Amino acid sequence: MNFEFSDEQNLLRDQARGYLTDNCPPAVVRRVLEGDELYAEDLWKGIAEMGWTATVIPEEYGGLGLSYLELVVIAEELGRACAPVPFGSSVYLATEAILAAGSDAQKEEWLPKLAAGEAIGAFAYSEGGGQASAASLSTTVSGGKISGSKAVVADAEISQLMIVAAKADSGDGCSLYLVPVGDGVSCNHVNTLDPATNHADVTFDGAAAELLGAEGQGWGLLEKLLDRAAVLYAWEQLGGAESCLEMAKEYAMGRYAFGRPIASYQAIKHKLADMYVKNTLARSNAYYGAWALNTDSDDLALAAATARVGSTQAYYYASKENIQTHGGMGYTWEFDCQFYYRRSKVLAVAIGSESVWQDKLITASDQVAA
Amino acid sequence: MDFEDTAEETAFREEARAWLEANAPTEDELAGMDGMARAKFWQKRKADAGWACIRWPEEYGGRGATAIEQVILGQEESKVDTPDTGVFGIGQGMAAPTLMAYANDEDLKRFIPRLASGEDIWCQLFSEPAGGSDLAALRTKAERDGDDWIINGQKIWTSGAHYSDWGILVVRTDPNVPKHKGLTYFFLDMKSPGIEIKPIKQISGDANFNEVYFTDVRVPDSQRLGEIGQGWQVSLTTLMNERASIGGGGSGARFKTVKQLAETVELNGRPAIEDAGVRAKLADWYVQEAGLKHTISRTLSALSRGATPGPENSIGKLVGAKKSQDMASFAIDLLQQQGIVRDREQDEAFEALFQDTYMSVPGFRIAGGTDEIMANIIAERVLGLPQEPRMDKGIPFTEVPTGSGA
Ligand SMILES: Cc1cc2nc3c(=O)[nH]c(=O)nc-3n(C[C@H](O)[C@H](O)[C@H](O)COP(=O)(O)OP(=O)(O)OC[C@H]3O[C@@H](n4cnc5c(N)ncnc54)[C@H](O)[C@@H]3O)c2cc1C
Repeated sequence: MNFEFSDEQNLLRDQARGYLTDNCPPAVVRRVLEGDELYAEDLWKGIAEMGWTATVIPEEYGGLGLSYLELVVIAEELGRACAPVPFGSSVYLATEAILAAGSDAQKEEWLPKLAAGEAIGAFAYSEGGGQASAASLSTTVSGGKISGSKAVVADAEISQLMIVAAKADSGDGCSLYLVPVGDGVSCNHVNTLDPATNHADVTFDGAAAELLGAEGQGWGLLEKLLDRAAVLYAWEQLGGAESCLEMAKEYAMGRYAFGRPIASYQAIKHKLADMYVKNTLARSNAYYGAWALNTDSDDLALAAATARVGSTQAYYYASKENIQTHGGMGYTWEFDCQFYYRRSKVLAVAIGSESVWQDKLITASDQVAA
Repeated sequence: MDFEDTAEETAFREEARAWLEANAPTEDELAGMDGMARAKFWQKRKADAGWACIRWPEEYGGRGATAIEQVILGQEESKVDTPDTGVFGIGQGMAAPTLMAYANDEDLKRFIPRLASGEDIWCQLFSEPAGGSDLAALRTKAERDGDDWIINGQKIWTSGAHYSDWGILVVRTDPNVPKHKGLTYFFLDMKSPGIEIKPIKQISGDANFNEVYFTDVRVPDSQRLGEIGQGWQVSLTTLMNERASIGGGGSGARFKTVKQLAETVELNGRPAIEDAGVRAKLADWYVQEAGLKHTISRTLSALSRGATPGPENSIGKLVGAKKSQDMASFAIDLLQQQGIVRDREQDEAFEALFQDTYMSVPGFRIAGGTDEIMANIIAERVLGLPQEPRMDKGIPFTEVPTGSGA
């Protein structure tokens, strides 16, 4: 047993942090938050040049062929920086979907582009408020053409391909489809809690759709993909939570009230201690999740749900109490606390909310001897 | 990173399992013994075969094993029905590491093997009526008399004093210097003349801790650990190890048992486990339980590299105790009116686990540093936040304000 990252992985973390400190300072997040850009295209290009989008893609498809332990290291750093790039949609979801279920032809066509960051993938399954399910899907595919609509799809407007869950061509199951963005796909931008990310409602009107994976088996595949993505999102969320703790600590040490640093007041201290405890437990669960993802362990469903719930809670707590620790400053547009408060919620619901994952956790725990 | 055993670890696990299965005491062997006798019987058998305190050096009864091997042994032992050896916890987990850091070779050879084999039980004589969280406010005094020290005063909350052979003790040797500088650390024979032990009954109904009175108790200077006036630093060694050894979150209500209960009782006409609110709570506790388990695993890798347990170990007790309390309380709620029955005989399924946990956990949140002190430790020593202003800094102990609580 060994519960640590390797020296090479730690080096990668240092490199990633260094790169993002230089290329994704808060000013970049603010630029996207306040401006008209849908994402930081320059940063995305840089990230792709660093090879981050290619991390787990096999070398034969233009990837680096590294492991998920490298990918989680990068995810955490992107979370720390609140990076306004489509990494989750394209890397944790779309790339994973093609890796898991793509035909040779689909892999050959798309993986090199995804690896190079030339193509951005989006992942669309939910069709409206509430928890998505196979039964409630109204998007359908017939004769290779997809029709229907998906709600609040992350990075849809900037994507070149979408992975879409829809009613299967034949029979009543659900399947996943690969939809190149082109004729018959239209996006309608929606305003969200976090304008440093981008989301759109998507309408399909007879766009070409290729089956991805076995017909009628789409929901099972989707659940598996969500489990895998949950670990990666958990690391990104953890990174955000750690940033909040650092910001809160730094501010509390320098801010004086009643003649002494607010960091010396127990109410503040215990708040920060709580953040530390939540982050530490979340990190430990994220380690286990990373290992389970990397080895495709039988424990993956349970490990993923555990990591996801822990990180979602840690990030929410840290992001709201970071604002509280900053007092009035924390509530200003000018201060950066808002980035994390916004992002924590966007990431919390990205692939199913806390309560969805709590439920999955208990279901998964039935299968594993506790 | 690899959460699975290496080939060597697998071999060690198999060796441990085989030995445990062949040697776990049978009911016949234990017949007629009380809990203490059972504990001693089992500990002795483990020690004789080299399976006690395996991380200690061989010359002291261990086998120089790694922290990970220690965990593997613990995991395997938990799968076998063996007597509870918790009575040795203070001696092995706190006194021994302190002795190893400060005692001379002769004392180590004399005491450590007997700690490993369970022949000696030790207690921790730290807390006093005037010094709990603020341990350095303690008043029991030691005065030099030739080669001896003469001890007078009172300790309180001393777990297991009534059955202990030896004790670790912090006392005030100089009241005229600031409080942390006037303390000195000793170990002593609990049968020394002048020691009087009075049990204190706890809210759980047990009487496991005691008041210990010292009247002109003589302790030879050779039983001092560390320099005169260095008692605070020596105590910190003990306290760090205390937090590491009780850090796991302890026994009591766990995810597995509360989930089992939720599967058997009904809520709104369905098994409680189907209720979304119940599932959410259980999931949160699982996240905490797994988080603690993996946090301990992560510190193991550090310990294997030779690091000493640090203040981050305060997390285990802080999270674990609160969690047990909430889980026990919730389990009782799930049982509704039936939940208040505390009767081990009548409760075949759980043997009053939830009710016993409910009554014992308040003590666990206080013992070994309260929740609030743990949070202070994390804030100050892990995160590096400033201390609160204090009224006792830089002035002689005799001038420190005191209240009515003591
Ligand atoms: C079951 C049990 C077993 C024990 N076994 C032993 C033993 O074997 N040996 C031994 O030496 N001791 C033992 N203790 C004693 C234990 O270490 C003390 O009870 C504990 O440190 C608290 O001290 P106190 O009881 O004096 O409470 P106090 O220190 O008076 O605390 C009262 C309350 O004030 C809070 N408080 C105090 N200071 C602060 C602060 N700076 N900031 C915020 N809040 C504060 C505390 O958190 C607590 O809520 C045991 C206690 C229990 C309950």
